[in-house]
Amino acid sequence: MSTGITTTLAETPLAGAAPQPRRSPVRSRALRLPRSPKVIAGLAILAVFAVIAVIGPMIAPYSPNETGVYCRTACSGAQAAAAWLQTIVVHPAEQVCNTAGICFGSPAVLAFVPKPPSSAHWLGTTVFAQDVWSQLLVSTRATLLVGFIAGAIATALSVLVGVTAGYLGGNADEGLSLLSNVFLAIPGLPLLIVLASYVPSAGANVIIIALIVAATGWAYGARVLRAQTLSLRNRDFVEAARVSGEGRLRIIVVEVLPNLLPIVASTFLFTTLYAVGAYVALAFLGLAGAPNATPAGLWNWGEMLQQAYPQNAVASGWWWWWLPPGFCIALLGMGLALLNFGIDEFVNPRLRAAGLSRRSARRAGISFRPRLGITPVMHRRGTVAQQRATAGAGADGGGAQGPPA
Amino acid sequence: MRLILRRLIFYAIAAWVALTISFFLPRVMPGNPVQEAISRATQSGVCNLQCVNAIRLELGFGVHTSIWVQYLQFWGNLFHGDLGSSWTQGNQPVTTLIAQYLPWTIGLLGVATVISFVLGTFIGIVMGWLRGSWLDWLMPVTTFFQAIPYFLLALVLIMFFGETAHLLHLLPSSGGYDVYTVAPGLSWDYVWSIVSHAVLPAATVVLASMAGFILGMRNQMITTMDEDYVLLARAKGLPRRRVVWYAARNALLPSVSNFSIAISLVVAGQLLVELVFNYPGIGYHLFKAVEDLDYVLVQGIFLVVVVVVLVANLLADLVYVMIDPRARQEAAA
Repeated sequence: MSTGITTTLAETPLAGAAPQPRRSPVRSRALRLPRSPKVIAGLAILAVFAVIAVIGPMIAPYSPNETGVYCRTACSGAQAAAAWLQTIVVHPAEQVCNTAGICFGSPAVLAFVPKPPSSAHWLGTTVFAQDVWSQLLVSTRATLLVGFIAGAIATALSVLVGVTAGYLGGNADEGLSLLSNVFLAIPGLPLLIVLASYVPSAGANVIIIALIVAATGWAYGARVLRAQTLSLRNRDFVEAARVSGEGRLRIIVVEVLPNLLPIVASTFLFTTLYAVGAYVALAFLGLAGAPNATPAGLWNWGEMLQQAYPQNAVASGWWWWWLPPGFCIALLGMGLALLNFGIDEFVNPRLRAAGLSRRSARRAGISFRPRLGITPVMHRRGTVAQQRATAGAGADGGGAQGPPA
Repeated sequence: MRLILRRLIFYAIAAWVALTISFFLPRVMPGNPVQEAISRATQSGVCNLQCVNAIRLELGFGVHTSIWVQYLQFWGNLFHGDLGSSWTQGNQPVTTLIAQYLPWTIGLLGVATVISFVLGTFIGIVMGWLRGSWLDWLMPVTTFFQAIPYFLLALVLIMFFGETAHLLHLLPSSGGYDVYTVAPGLSWDYVWSIVSHAVLPAATVVLASMAGFILGMRNQMITTMDEDYVLLARAKGLPRRRVVWYAARNALLPSVSNFSIAISLVVAGQLLVELVFNYPGIGYHLFKAVEDLDYVLVQGIFLVVVVVVLVANLLADLVYVMIDPRARQEAAA
């Protein structure tokens, strides 16, 4: 155990102990989730992207399809400053030849390459003389929309299949479980690629592409929800509802589903994560429709990568073209994953105390004695003095002390 | 044996569903391969009825046969090992082509998955055991790696280490071996070329897939360490390494049984990684075939991907039976 390192992920488990008269019990239960820094970070990331998705196309300085001017010959001064591409001179000496004697790079004198970030183009330009910042802003909307719609559709399917299977049992369960296990075993992305390759115009429509993505992403959620429903269906309160003559549908909707909410939320988050990844991958493969095709595909981050990669943006060092959409994909994914971890810790309290470091615990007025096999016990401040004396002496054994005296 | 047999039947059903989907998709989807082929043929001349019928037959659509007869023929051809022939690759049989592509994919996938699983599980065990320590700093890093798509990581690695990029010039980032300087054959140069070309793609797959194994194992380890038998092992004064081993062995079981979910994601990721690195495996050729609208090859490669994933699942099942005494008992019964 290292002392002196603070973990940002630390939580204050004592918070629940303090009486908070302002809130009704239900409300405080609902509000316990956003207290974790992970959840706050995740929500903040999602909120920023959601705002950009709404206002992005409005604040974008240019149209993503707009092609700017550039000099046809080597130019300088005001002309060069206004151009959307920079002109560089390639000398024949810069030709690259391999051992077989084949040379790359023509002896042509002029080459037009993207401009790096500047005040006129915050994220530089593409090799097609387009503004990257505008493309990034506009692309946010479709990426998020497809992700969330596909996530919602897939979650609805998981709930439908999983809860039905878990609650009904018997042959219905056998059949539905087999179905979801089979779809789990069939590799999703290749199926997606085959699907999308037969619907070339799918990229023009958010709903169609979301449906295609959702078709391959519902199985895992269904399996998790089925397992949880199985453990709920024989609880006393469900039994009581059944005995009092409630209908099957009402029991499922009113008694079972509310207890599945954290898991449904978690399912929604990870299917959305999957959907964003799958959509971006499809677009990267050029299967989600190009913006200049008919019908026009939607601008999204994967499409930006799809344009940059074949133009050698990575090897040529034009990082401003492909890194921003890549970074956004990673950040959005991270936001969804962080939120999901928060829910995981909400559902499984054992994982929650893991983030508590000793210094932050001490700051919160808790003595934290790591011990093997038992979730760390938090003592209130009253006994801190002697606790700290023992903890300070023996805590370095990686939880190796015996039970407390 | 009963357990294994049951799993075998399940995988047979999964394969049947996947192949049935891949049979019916082109027949119900708007972007019909026959129409594509006809419009392609029209470009080089008029495609008359005879030509249309030839195309239908070639693609396995039949001329006057019902869809069910076609379905039976599809399975008949499959069991004869006939997957049709690819029009983009000079009408070579798809099976021959796949036989060329597959070793690259299996080699890369096998090595990368084993490294990723072993290393990820080990790190997960340590992180679960030392929860609350400085190792928790790895959590956000792992989360990040779990969230980014494989192909994106591939691009980043090329930027830093790729030979063609401007930063470090360390490793080749395109192709399966150096086609300009090395002739395929049993020589050290060839082997070295293959190994050096595989480093970046393999590193991508390992880095991207390891995060899932780490997080799963860590969470399972934390849950397992709360079990009474771990406390007992400690109380008996067993050496720490033995105690960790007890806990880890039990925490490993769900990890192995979740392998099936992981493997299909890893395979999907690797297909994209192959494209980014121009690695001559089935993923690279799948995308090329999709691009060229070579539906026969697409269908053939999809079949192989499904089989590869299901075989990997079966292997994971066998390992599970080996390490879980309960499953072993059930399997022996």
